[in-house]
Amino acid sequence: MTAIDLGLPVLGGLDRVPTEDEVQRAKDFTSDQEVRWCPGCGDYAVLAAVRSFLPTLHIKRENTVFVSGIGCSSRFPYYLDTYGMHSIHGRAPAIATGLAVTRPDLSVFVVTGDGDALSIGGNHLIHALRRNVNLTILLFNNRIYGLTKGQYSPTSEVGKVTKSTPMGSLDHPFNPVSLALGAEATFVGRAMDSDRAGLTEVLDAATRHRGASLVEIYQDCPIFNDGSFDVLRKPDQSESRVITVRHGEPIVFGNEGRYAVVRKGFGLAVAPTAEVAPEDVVVHDATDTELAFALSRLSDQDLQHAVFGVLRRVDRPTYDDLARAQVQHAVQDGTADLHSLLHGTDTWAVQSGNVQIPHD
Amino acid sequence: MASPGSEPVHGSPRKQSRVVIRFAGDSGDGMQLTGDRFTAEAAAFGNDLSTLPNFPAEIRAPHGTLAGVSSFQLHFADYDILTPGDRPDVLVTMNPAALKANLTDLSPGGVLIVDTDEFTKRNLTKVGFESDPLEDGSLASYTVHRVAMTSLTTAALAPLGIGKKEAERSKNMFALGLLSWMYSRPTEGTERWLRDKFAKRPEIAEANIVAFRTGHAYGETTESFAVTYEVSPAALPDGTYRQITGNTALAYGIVASGLRFGLPVFLGSYPITPASDILHELSKLKRFGVTTFQAEDEIAGVSAAIGAAFGGSLGVTTTSGPGISLKSEAIGLAVMTELPLLVVDVQRGGPSTGLPTKTEQSDLLQAMFGRNGEAPLPIVAPRSPSDAFDATLDAVRIAVTYQTPVLLLSDGAIANGSEPWRLPEDGDLPETPVRFATEPNGPDGSFLPYLRDPDTLAVPWAVPGTPGLAHRIGGLEKADGTGNISYDPANHEFMVRVRQAKIDGVTVPDLDVEDPDGDADVLVVGWGSTYGPIGAAVRRLRALGHPVAQAHFRYLNPFPANTADVLRRYRKVVVPEMNLGQLAFLLQGRFCIPVESITKVAGMPFGAAELAERLTPLMMKEEVSA
Repeated sequence: MTAIDLGLPVLGGLDRVPTEDEVQRAKDFTSDQEVRWCPGCGDYAVLAAVRSFLPTLHIKRENTVFVSGIGCSSRFPYYLDTYGMHSIHGRAPAIATGLAVTRPDLSVFVVTGDGDALSIGGNHLIHALRRNVNLTILLFNNRIYGLTKGQYSPTSEVGKVTKSTPMGSLDHPFNPVSLALGAEATFVGRAMDSDRAGLTEVLDAATRHRGASLVEIYQDCPIFNDGSFDVLRKPDQSESRVITVRHGEPIVFGNEGRYAVVRKGFGLAVAPTAEVAPEDVVVHDATDTELAFALSRLSDQDLQHAVFGVLRRVDRPTYDDLARAQVQHAVQDGTADLHSLLHGTDTWAVQSGNVQIPHD
Repeated sequence: MASPGSEPVHGSPRKQSRVVIRFAGDSGDGMQLTGDRFTAEAAAFGNDLSTLPNFPAEIRAPHGTLAGVSSFQLHFADYDILTPGDRPDVLVTMNPAALKANLTDLSPGGVLIVDTDEFTKRNLTKVGFESDPLEDGSLASYTVHRVAMTSLTTAALAPLGIGKKEAERSKNMFALGLLSWMYSRPTEGTERWLRDKFAKRPEIAEANIVAFRTGHAYGETTESFAVTYEVSPAALPDGTYRQITGNTALAYGIVASGLRFGLPVFLGSYPITPASDILHELSKLKRFGVTTFQAEDEIAGVSAAIGAAFGGSLGVTTTSGPGISLKSEAIGLAVMTELPLLVVDVQRGGPSTGLPTKTEQSDLLQAMFGRNGEAPLPIVAPRSPSDAFDATLDAVRIAVTYQTPVLLLSDGAIANGSEPWRLPEDGDLPETPVRFATEPNGPDGSFLPYLRDPDTLAVPWAVPGTPGLAHRIGGLEKADGTGNISYDPANHEFMVRVRQAKIDGVTVPDLDVEDPDGDADVLVVGWGSTYGPIGAAVRRLRALGHPVAQAHFRYLNPFPANTADVLRRYRKVVVPEMNLGQLAFLLQGRFCIPVESITKVAGMPFGAAELAERLTPLMMKEEVSA
């Protein structure tokens, strides 16, 4: 059997969402609820970035929806004056899928964490990505369970000593970007909570992408995993570690571009720029699947390197557009008549107890 | 009761009031199809009918084994019948395994039609027959027709030049042709149906039609079948009828609900026996604005439906008991957020994977209590295949009137069984579109998402995209009115009680009691698919002079307002159920009225005679305690 070609145009992520002409500000997106994260939590920085980023989309505030699961970051929707649902553990991508499929006029965001998205909700995450539902998924990765007070998470490094692993954790962690790419995600990006500009840039691209966009946000938990990303924040250590990629630009980083990313076997490696020929420096191509995956593998659990920016961005029809097009196609057929549906092809009539044999 | 097969009558067919026929064969023999088709013929003829498909969970168990036996029982009559029949009057068996598995059910003196070609030594040994029952006299108490169905079929199809295997596969149509002749059934419908079904493979259509005609002609020309029978059309209430299965009626109920309440339908579902056919049916009905989403798992199915409900669709999820277990937390979220949602549980034998293809009513307490916290929701149960349509409409009415998830409890017998359905008249389904919230309802233009309607206690349905009503909902306890997170003890106490009060206040019709003579002192109550067997058993008891009344619960939560009054009127209340007494438990707990429980968990419905027999001792007055 073959599917019907629905001939869909390529659209942007916000193309069906009503626009707002009035000037909007961060405070318009701020709800009256007191924010209750721990002092120093990275979530504050992300919330501030999102509040000031949302007005720049120029879409109706009431057409913006944040759906979250369970965990510290999943309190996010309460702090935004948009529509929102703080749902149950791990299920936000599935709930958001039902909403996005039925409401093309909404910009739907999912807020989730490493435990919510990768442990209890792992299944929903990968299926939302492979279906390419038009969602923007913000995955707050602090590599720890915060709300349940400090157990290791599916992104914690091996050997992590926590309340539930006094002798050190045993499981190998997920690399969320590799996972998303393996799940056929059409948009995968990464940003740091404290890097307002970088985060905003990736969020903007993710939101305008039509399809499932996964943005991994490295986020600090000062209570249970304090300083977990410090090597990426402190200038003396981050210089040789933080790799920021932009489509079409050579991948060099460090002070004055001291380091470069080059090909090595089927993968990538980092080399001093001075020691490689300019043509050997990899130019980032966000449409190159293999390159995106190789870049994701540069970031390991020891944070020797971490790649930020938009790693992959390709166009593929979205599940929600296709699902709506099928319904529309069927509706336009014009044969929807409840009477004939209920009657079917074989009916018979009974009148005053006398049966009339059908003659259809 | 009819008992075919005694004295031959020449010329005109012999009249019978009702007949039960069972087709039995290997899983691959097409018995379900044959039964379905014979049912369609009976329906087209105007009989009342009721069916019971019975098949293994394995798609193709090893050929010729007892494990692989599949059967389809059809009861048709010239009056209104209530069950698929206890015992077949006519048993068609396509192999020794089918004979072995079904013979004990055949009525004494019943007609047995056997495909002799399959009675080989090897096939007999496979199911443990030490000698050939066709030869050893063990079938002496039945009227046995030995017909070489396979070889007659292949011989008839030889001129068509199709392969032997393909030809053999048409033997079920030979059987259908033979039975169609025996019961003077119209044949045009089946031929037309075959041409439609195999439109893309006309040679297969032709082969099946030839096999069908060959079976018909065999009956007509051989002397072994001296008698034909006729079951006249049934005198049912006036109206237009069609035959329908429970799953189809339920799917149509969902479509009709969407139109009635002006809501696009969104189904989030994961395949599971015996509910999958609802997903299949709805996926064909996109022209009615129905979106179907085959989710990655049961939880995603209900979660997506909740998301769609938040967005203003009629969110629906369909499953069976194991799926309800998985969906429980999400259903609790719908209770907590107070979103309308239709949750369909087509019950099957449990616990765990249990008996996927068999029926049971053992999810009632799960439906009632199977969520963490105080999480009440209304429960509605159809009583028969056609009733699934009305029950669905009513479940959705409750969901959108009270902003609540509603559990619709069907079961395997309803889902796969079929019966005539008196179609609703066009004016019977008035459109009463749901009204979404559009205006602020609080002081100073604020919006209070948990401000309740004083009559129904329903919260407003305010969907994203509505200016001025932006709000957040979630699974955490919320403050009355504002919906903000609240850990306040008094508020939680209030909210738990108000959610309960909302469900307790759902308006449902009173319980009807059927007591034709008005002198009954025993009341038999049931719910769901036991309606038919209870009705048939009660008829038998009345015929024997026992005054007995019947009442049936369509609404299990809340119970009808007059329930206590009705139950207290009788000396004895008896509750037959296909579980270990779940409704009995609820009635006793709720109303402090002692009830007698009659239970069965065999994966099969109660038989009318079986139930009548179990009810009989309870009719005796001397049991009254002082």
